Amino acid sequence: MAEIGNAKVMNRFDLTKRLVARLQHEEAVIGGIGNTHFDLWASGRRPQNFYMLGSMGLAVPIALGVALAQPNRRTIALEGDGSILMQLGALATIATLQPKNLVIIVMDNAAYQITGAQRTATAFRTDIAAIARGAGLAKSVWAADEQDFELLVERALAEDGPSLIAVRIDREPAVATTERDPAQIRDRFMRGLGVKK
Amino acid sequence: MSEWHEIVQKVLKRSEVKLVTYVPDRVLTPLIDGIEGDPYFKAFATAREEEAVGIVCGAWMAGMRGVVLMQTSGFGTLANALASLAVPFQIPVLMIVSERGTLGEFNLGQALVCRTMRPVLESLAIENHTIARLDELEFILDRSIAQAVATQAPCAFILSPLLTGGKTFAS
Repeated sequence: MAEIGNAKVMNRFDLTKRLVARLQHEEAVIGGIGNTHFDLWASGRRPQNFYMLGSMGLAVPIALGVALAQPNRRTIALEGDGSILMQLGALATIATLQPKNLVIIVMDNAAYQITGAQRTATAFRTDIAAIARGAGLAKSVWAADEQDFELLVERALAEDGPSLIAVRIDREPAVATTERDPAQIRDRFMRGLGVKK
Repeated sequence: MSEWHEIVQKVLKRSEVKLVTYVPDRVLTPLIDGIEGDPYFKAFATAREEEAVGIVCGAWMAGMRGVVLMQTSGFGTLANALASLAVPFQIPVLMIVSERGTLGEFNLGQALVCRTMRPVLESLAIENHTIARLDELEFILDRSIAQAVATQAPCAFILSPLLTGGKTFAS
């Protein structure tokens, strides 16, 4: 656990692989727009992964919907800093509902990287974990380094949520591009969640 | 005969639409109150309408049917969420829109945003019905919810002031 100022700058693909390696119970993962879900795609084709195309900012609400419909399945939203800044109200909704099975991971590189690395507000004075705490998500922390990230993920998967883990990441591009076939992504995800046979 | 909001609540329940998300509206208040008083439903307010669309999409993919309640100006914020999530991913997001902006509107902004609603729905080929008559309400809701689920397509129900009474100058 760290404050934003002493959180190590890590790598998105490396952290995504570390996260996926810890998923042993068919946890649902919602990958937010762009690089966030590209690296999720590159970390293995889990049927419980959903890759969002467009609808920037909606990974957290989609994950909340999954978490409410399947309260016995852990659901993880993977978002970027630019995306979460678009839909901060969702943090307040989640704080109100307190879904025990919801985990939010924010990959913060302080930039709208995919559009040309324009700086987001987190490049200045904005602290995502602090915003989430202010919204009412008490378990909102920065990961100090890779080992701390793994520990926080392990805890978030075992303990009652909701929880938010913020990580500082570098500006390496994603290592692959998701196949953009929305109907297939949705169908595979629904089968992965046992909704369709 | 039942009130419009009693019919809507009854059909939602019968159609197993358990998740009700909303950004409140004066006209929808009796419906929201009724639903929140019925433990069958999981109902709550969201900060924005597109957030509610995201939640309903996630719930559908995980096996729970949902609806978004909003007013006309709220629908005005939804073009991107519908065009990039609900429609291409083939998710039957149900929308109930309390129609402002017509039949006695007092706010010019509401009147203008109202004119964007049907063109957005039509341009995305989203099934939509304007419901003005109490005797047609149950049939339209029943059949259209079944169709949305069967065809995996969103559907919007626009509740006309002719049905609900709307919001007038005095209120």
